[in-house]
This record gives sequence, C-alpha cells and structure tokens, in this order.
Amino acid sequence: MNFSVLQFPASNCDQDAVHAVRLLGHSARLVWHKDATLGDTDVVIVPGGFSYGDYLRCGAIARFSPVMQAVKQFADNGGLVLGICNGFQVLTEAGLLPGALIRNRDLQFHCENIFLKTATNDSPFTSKIPSGKILRVPIAHGEGCYYADKETLDRLEAHRQVLWQYCDATGNLTDTANPNGALQNIAGICNEKRNVAGLMPHPERACEPLLGSDDGKWIFESIFAALKNKTVAQAA
Amino acid sequence: MKAKIIITPKKAVLDPQGKTVQTALAHMGYTGVTGVHIGKYIEIDLAPGTDQAAAQKALNDAAYKLLSNPVIEDYKLEISE
Repeated sequence: MNFSVLQFPASNCDQDAVHAVRLLGHSARLVWHKDATLGDTDVVIVPGGFSYGDYLRCGAIARFSPVMQAVKQFADNGGLVLGICNGFQVLTEAGLLPGALIRNRDLQFHCENIFLKTATNDSPFTSKIPSGKILRVPIAHGEGCYYADKETLDRLEAHRQVLWQYCDATGNLTDTANPNGALQNIAGICNEKRNVAGLMPHPERACEPLLGSDDGKWIFESIFAALKNKTVAQAA
Repeated sequence: MKAKIIITPKKAVLDPQGKTVQTALAHMGYTGVTGVHIGKYIEIDLAPGTDQAAAQKALNDAAYKLLSNPVIEDYKLEISE
C-alpha cells in the first residue's frame, strides 16, 4: 500500500509519518506541496507542523497549494485522507472536514501525552482499535481547540463522525482530561462519507515501544485493513 | 486607494485572548470593561483608479475564502480613497 505524505514549507512531522508507515510494513513517500498530482497513492497523510508559518490562520494558506487541489479530488473520489495536527487544521480550512481549530483555551502550547477514547469503530481509521482500548498518544499544539456551531455538532453526532475524544486514563470524558477546551472533548472527526479524518494528537509518534507507546499503530492498522478490504472487494 | 478589513471572532466562539486581556485590564483598575474581543486588521493597497464596486465584490470574495474563516470569524470591509 502506498502512502503519500504531503510536505509543505514548515511541515515537521512528515518524516515521522513516513517512518511510522514504513515501520508498520508499508510504503510511504513525500509529496511536495507544489506537485499538482499525487501519483500512485492509496492513502494521503497531511502531516503536522506549521505549514506556511501558520500565517493568517493555521492551515489557511496550505489549503490553496497545488497539491491540496489533487487531495480534494482524491477525497472526492473516495480516497482515504488522514490529517494529523496541522494536517487536521488544513483539512478544516479546505472544507474537507467541518468545524475549525482555535487557540487552546489556556493560551498555552501543550506538548504532552494524553488519553483518547475511540467513539466508534465504524470508520476506516478506527475499525481495528480494540474495543474499550484507551489510546495513549502525544499532542503538541497551540491551536487545537475544536469548535463548530451547534448545528454542525448535531450533524456530527447524528452521523457518528466524532472518532476520538480526550479522556482520562480510565476513559472518562472529563474537563480536566481535555487539554485544549475542545467542544465535547473532540480530538478527531471524519467526514460524512467517512473517508477523510483529522485528529490533533500524533499517532505517528506512538507506533513503537521505544517512543513510550505504540497505541498509535491501531489507527494505521485500521487504515491498512480498510485498504485490504477495498482491494479484495475490487478484485471480487 | 486602500481596503481595510477588520476580522473578529464570532460572539459564540471562545476568545481566550480577549478574556485574558479583559482580566488584565480589571487588574490594572480599569473598571466597567464588559468584554474584550481580539481580532485582526488587514490593510490592502489598491492601484489608483480601481473601480470601487468591483474591488468591493472581489475583496468580499477574498475575505470570505481566505482572509477570514467564516466558521469562527466575522469581518468588516471598508474601501477608501
């Protein structure tokens, strides 16, 4: 399976994403932001970082880059797209995911391990996460407070688009476990078609025990399984 | 010719910067401050003789698509000589 990891000026988690995918046994390559095509791609990862210096708003400029037009088309055709941290911000700015990420409520940059509860296994990004498993993964952001108006939140709930929520070590969705003030403790969501997802935490930084946790691998394993099913379905 | 665009957070959106500054003002003894909202100010220089109505239309489009994020922000656009 081929992963394309986008590379914007000031992306800084692109290499981590490539490393994680390769470590888990699949191929990954970087795609420069000025490229207008993705090439042979099964999954796109929009990585973390500070694309275009976070000028104007996080993700606001990256959205207009040539590669993002290709990503939009890829997503419209049903391709799997995962935005991590700044990548999540880029996807909301591009309108591929609803809502927005605003300044953390305490105005602090948070760089720490947090706990995540998976709200549904019904998505290509969560299907392989063991039932009831609380994921321990790092976050590193200053603008990760998820916001959407009530109508959008209702729609997210109705279509079960919330994929991950911040929780404590035992899975309770408490306010103290919420690092940034995100509404409903939302850490990650998907679109209505369930092929585009974004999350603020960094699963790619938690894929091997050496890094303190390998819980992030479950998200990648879910993607691998979804692609395998798709390939089997196409061949049948 | 100049365009001035003022971008402010929507009232329903949490504005921690505004809240922090409001608290600081209260600590300094400025009373009667009931709200502080922090946004952005963007000034755009336009070529002399630009058609004002056309510029208004184009910049509204730009403000909606790029300069502001309508999910979380409101903007005001003014064009002056």
